[in-house]
Amino acid sequence: MKLNGAEILIDCLQKEGVEHIFGYPGGATLHIYDALEAQEEIIHVLVRHEQGAAHAADGYARTNGKPGVVLVTSGPGITNAVTGIATANMDSIPMVVISGQVPSPLIGNDAFQEVDAVGITRSCVKHNFLIKDISEVAITVKKAFHIATTGRPGPVVIDIPKDVTINQMELEEYPETVKMRSYKPTTKASNRQIKKASELIANSQRPILYSGGGSVIGNASKELREFTRLLGFPITQTLMGLGAYPGTDELSIGMLGMHGTYEANMAMHDSDCVVAIGARFDDRITGNLAKFCPSAKFIHIDIDPSQISKNVVADIPIVGQTKQVLQALIEELKDEKLEDISKWWSQINTWREVDSLAYKKKPGVIKPQTVIEILYEVTKGEAIVTSDVGQHQMWAAQYYLFDEPRRWINSGGLGTMGFGLPAAMGAKIAMPDKDVVCVTGEGSIQMMLQELSTMLQYKTPVKIVNLNNRYLGMVRQWQEFFYEKRYAMSYMDALPDFVKLAESYGHVGILVEKEADLKPALIESLKQKDRTVFVDIITDPNENVFPMIPAGGAHCDMLLAGRDDMVSKDETDFNAV
Amino acid sequence: MRHIISVVLENETGALSRVSGLFSQRGFNIESLTVAQTNDPSLSRMTIVSTGDDRVLEQIVKQLNKLIEVVKVSDLTSQDHIERDLMLVKISPTKKDNFDLKQLVDVFSCKIVDVTDSTYTIEISGKTKKINAFLDAFDPTSILEVSRTGVTGISRGKKLI
Repeated sequence: MKLNGAEILIDCLQKEGVEHIFGYPGGATLHIYDALEAQEEIIHVLVRHEQGAAHAADGYARTNGKPGVVLVTSGPGITNAVTGIATANMDSIPMVVISGQVPSPLIGNDAFQEVDAVGITRSCVKHNFLIKDISEVAITVKKAFHIATTGRPGPVVIDIPKDVTINQMELEEYPETVKMRSYKPTTKASNRQIKKASELIANSQRPILYSGGGSVIGNASKELREFTRLLGFPITQTLMGLGAYPGTDELSIGMLGMHGTYEANMAMHDSDCVVAIGARFDDRITGNLAKFCPSAKFIHIDIDPSQISKNVVADIPIVGQTKQVLQALIEELKDEKLEDISKWWSQINTWREVDSLAYKKKPGVIKPQTVIEILYEVTKGEAIVTSDVGQHQMWAAQYYLFDEPRRWINSGGLGTMGFGLPAAMGAKIAMPDKDVVCVTGEGSIQMMLQELSTMLQYKTPVKIVNLNNRYLGMVRQWQEFFYEKRYAMSYMDALPDFVKLAESYGHVGILVEKEADLKPALIESLKQKDRTVFVDIITDPNENVFPMIPAGGAHCDMLLAGRDDMVSKDETDFNAV
Repeated sequence: MRHIISVVLENETGALSRVSGLFSQRGFNIESLTVAQTNDPSLSRMTIVSTGDDRVLEQIVKQLNKLIEVVKVSDLTSQDHIERDLMLVKISPTKKDNFDLKQLVDVFSCKIVDVTDSTYTIEISGKTKKINAFLDAFDPTSILEVSRTGVTGISRGKKLI
C-alpha cells in the first residue's frame, strides 16, 4: 500500500504510542493535518500560540513521564515554539517537536514562511533532524523518540519539508529498535565508584543528600526514599527535585539555594560529605562557588557525564541512572555500620528552630505565603501544581510541601514566564482525574493568556491562583535590595479585570480582596470540578521572598525576613546574576 | 594550555555546525579546525586546536561526546602523536630578505610550487612552530598572502583513535 509522507509520519507516531499532539496548523503542515484528521487514535489539541503548544506538551511530559509531542508549521510556527523548546531542554524534558518546512527545492531561497529551523533550534535541543527524503521518515521518528527519552532526556526537533509529506512510497515496517553507533548513553554505574562512594558515605560525620530533577525524571523516588531512610541522613531538594522525597518527612530539611531554607543551606555549608543525586550544581544552588561547601567532599551522581565537575569538582563521580545507582548504593550500604550523626542532627535542629519561612501577617492585606498555605490545606497537598516564574514560584516551592514526584511542574532552568498556564493544561490532559492548580502572578499569566481559549475547547478544568501584587515582584525585590528602590518598569499598570476576562473566555472568575474570603474562594474553585476557575487574589505588593542568598553570597550569608541583624553586609556581586 | 582534539563524527550535513556552534555557545576557543571525510565515507574526522586548562579540556571532551553525531573524541596532546599543518604562501622578496630563497626552502624542506616575475608560491608542511619560523624568516612586507589548513594529527604507533 502506498502512503504519502504525512500518512507515514502519523502511522509512526501511532506506533510510538502517541496519544496527544499539541499543535497549530499552517501551510507547510497541511498534508500532515490532513493525515491527522483521517484517524482517531491521536487527539490533536489546537493551541492558540505555538509557545503554548510546547509548554503544554512539556507539562504533559513532566506529569506522566511520556514524551510530549508538538506539531507546528514552518517559519513563525517553529520560532514561536523555540522558547518552549529551550524551556524543556534546560529541564531535561522528553519532547518531540515536528515542524513543517518549505518544500525542499525552495529551502535556502527565503521562501514564504521559511526559517532555518535546524539552525535556530540547534543550541536548545538534545538533537534535531531535517528529513530529506520520504524514505527517512520512519527511521527519523524512531531515532527522535529514542534520543528524546533515553539517557538525559530532552527535546528533539524533526523538520519536514512539505514535499516529503506529499511524496508517496510503500509503507514499510516501523523499526522496533534503533541502534546508533554515535549514541549510547551510559546507564549502569561502575562498581568501583559505588564502593568508593559507599565508603565515604559510611565514614561521614556531617553528611547531606542533595537531590535534584534527576530523581524525578529518572523515576528514582522509591529508591531515594529507601536510600535516605536507610542512612537517616538529612535530605535537601532542589527546585526541580521537589517531591521525589516527601517534603513533609522528618528527614527532609526543605529546598536549598537562593531561596532555600536556613537549615538546608547551613547544612550544605557545614557538611563534610555532599551526595548530589541527579542535580547539576546550578548557580541558583551554589551561590558563590568560591565559598560553596568549604569542607565537603562531593559524590556526584548524574546520567550526563558533562554535568560532573562542570561547576564543582566531584571527588567521586558516578555516571549512571539515579534509580540504578541508588539501588546499587542501597545494596552496598545496607549492612554497613554508619557513623553516629546525632550531633549533626541536633545542630540541624537548632537551625530549624530559626524557622526561616516564618512571616508576619499584616491586618488588611493578604500575604502571598498565606495563599499557598491555604491552597496546600484545601487540596490536602495532593494537587498537581504548575507555576510561572517569579516570587509566586518561590512561595509555591517553599510553602506547598510536595510528597510525591511529578506534582510540582515549573520552569526551573530557563525561568520562562508564561509557562504555568499551558503547562497546567498539558498536566490536566495527562492526569484528568487530578486537581491541577496553576500558581501564577499578574505578570506571568499575561504572557500566555490566550490558552484560556484552548482550555475551554478541550475542557481542561484548571484552577488558576493569581497572586496579584501589581508588581513584577521578583524584579521589584531585586530593585529594592540592590538598586536603591529604583523601581524601573516593575510596576504593572493598566491591568485587566481578570474576573471579566476569565468570564469572557467562558470560565469562572473570582476576585479575592480579603483574607477571610480566601479559603472559601479556593474551596469553591475546587468544587467546580468541570470548570476552569480564575481566582484573582490581591496580595501584599511589598512582600519579599525570604530567606535569600544575595547573588554572589555564600550559603551562610542568608538574608532572613525581619531579621536585619543577620543581613550580610557584603557588597553584592552584580556579576553574579 | 594548547590541546589537539580529534573527533570522529557522522559525515552528515550540519555536523560541522553542531561542533562549531558548541564551541561558540560554551565560550570554548578554537585556534584551528580542519575536517574531511575518512576512509569510511560515512565518517568525518575533525581536528580542533583549542586552549584551556584541564577542566576546560574535560568539559570540551564531554560536551563533544554529548553531541549525538559524535562517535569518538580523543585528546591527541595527552599521547604520543604526529601533528602537521600545511601552508601555501605567496612571497615577493624585498631587499631586506638578504638570503638565497632556494637555500631557505631546502633548510625548511619545503617546495616552490609556482613562480612569476615577481612572486614565489611556496608549499610547506610541518608542526605549527616550524611554519611560523619559516614566515618569521621573511620581512613582513614580502609576505603577500597566506593560506593554512590548520593542524591535523594522528597518534603514533599501533594505537588507533
